[in-house]
Amino acid sequence: MEKSRHIYTVSEITQDIKIILENTFGEVWVEGEISNFRAATSGHFYFTLKDKDAVLSAAMFVRANRQLKFKIEDGLKVICFGKVDIYPPRGQYQLIVESIEPKGVGAQQLAFEQLKNRLLKEGLFDPAHKKPLPLMPFRAGIVTSSAGAAVRDILQILKKGAPCVDVIIRSARVQGEGAALEIAEGVEDFNRFKEVDVIIISRGGGSTEDLWAFNEEVIARAIYNSTIPTISAVGHQINTTLSDLVADVFVETPSAAAKIIVDKKNKLLSELESYKYELISSVTAVIQGLKNNLIALRHMLKSPLDRLLEKQQLLDELSTALLSHIRHCLSIANERALSLIKRLEALSPLAVLSRGYSLSTLVSNGAVVKDAAELKAGDLVKTMLKKGSFLGTVQEVIEDDKR
Amino acid sequence: MTKDKQSFEEDIRRLQKIVEELSGGKLSLGDSLKKYEEGIKLAQGCSHALNEAQRKVELLAKKDAKFSLEKFEDEPAEGES
Repeated sequence: MEKSRHIYTVSEITQDIKIILENTFGEVWVEGEISNFRAATSGHFYFTLKDKDAVLSAAMFVRANRQLKFKIEDGLKVICFGKVDIYPPRGQYQLIVESIEPKGVGAQQLAFEQLKNRLLKEGLFDPAHKKPLPLMPFRAGIVTSSAGAAVRDILQILKKGAPCVDVIIRSARVQGEGAALEIAEGVEDFNRFKEVDVIIISRGGGSTEDLWAFNEEVIARAIYNSTIPTISAVGHQINTTLSDLVADVFVETPSAAAKIIVDKKNKLLSELESYKYELISSVTAVIQGLKNNLIALRHMLKSPLDRLLEKQQLLDELSTALLSHIRHCLSIANERALSLIKRLEALSPLAVLSRGYSLSTLVSNGAVVKDAAELKAGDLVKTMLKKGSFLGTVQEVIEDDKR
Repeated sequence: MTKDKQSFEEDIRRLQKIVEELSGGKLSLGDSLKKYEEGIKLAQGCSHALNEAQRKVELLAKKDAKFSLEKFEDEPAEGES
């Protein structure tokens, strides 16, 4: 027994295990959750993959991890591809990872989420940083492919709805490698060129992959740093791009970006109409107010002639009244005089004479003789008849004439 | 770009101020008429700028860090989509 026993050195047995492991597993896919992640100064990544019951050490060397689009962090559920190996100095087996993909979401999507989070924390989407669009952008800059549908849509709508707007196009590739850089450069160029007052960053619809350039950091930063207001108009239905999140305004289609400008124009035109109307009605009100004042003043300021005429009229009225009053009084007096005359006529002795009576007066004193006793024989008496009179001498006085 | 466009924002703000002043009704007749005339002139200038239909479409080109503008044909040929 003793003779047949084989004694390994530590190195030998480690080497054998290494060969067995390599031959048994070769290259494998391992699913697990990342923990104890550490990026060494050399650039290599070290971490452990774990599940409920076990852990597996893993290393990802710098040549492999350079390709990673997303950031590895603890808690991330991943699928690793690599081979199982032994690390002799520690007597430890480990997975040498060649590539990693996140479990559930695509690597690109994860990279996007991680970048979005980072930029969010940095404040690139901060509403406070967003600039208002100019009241009326008369010069629009468009960063897009000069051959694409987006530029045609925008030009068409502006031509129809706001032909007062000049357009400058900065052509850029909008998909594929290098597109993001070209778009970012376009935004920067407009900021250097200065001749536009809004920048539309645009492309027509496309798949998520087609639109990917608009999710790159370089675009987000160029838009964030733009001193000219920006509109992101990347045709899409589902996802919002980073370009949308950073831009001052975002719309879902190139046409919608052009419509913003057309709407601004139309709103301003109708505002201008109402300003004109307000101006006219204000100035009319001022003039009407003054007119009213004038009328009131004219009432207060009567001319001397008016006053004279007024007095003359009063005088005329009074004199007419006076005259008629006098006439009235006269006619009353007249009537009274006539009735008195009638009464006087009735009482007149002459009326009695007409009936055959006569009136005698004593010639010596003119007294009317009413009593025979007043007479004595020889008195001269004048007797009046209805017609004419005669003188007589009293023959005899008969005092009591019994007839 | 026309003069109306260059001073557009400024003109609109001035116009808004005039409308406000005039509607306050505290100006003399002479001042009212002066403001009215200025306001109408501004409004017409602004409307004119918005109604202008002489747009330019150009392509921004860069050569050795120098910018230039080139003519851009924006009328697609018939049948092209």
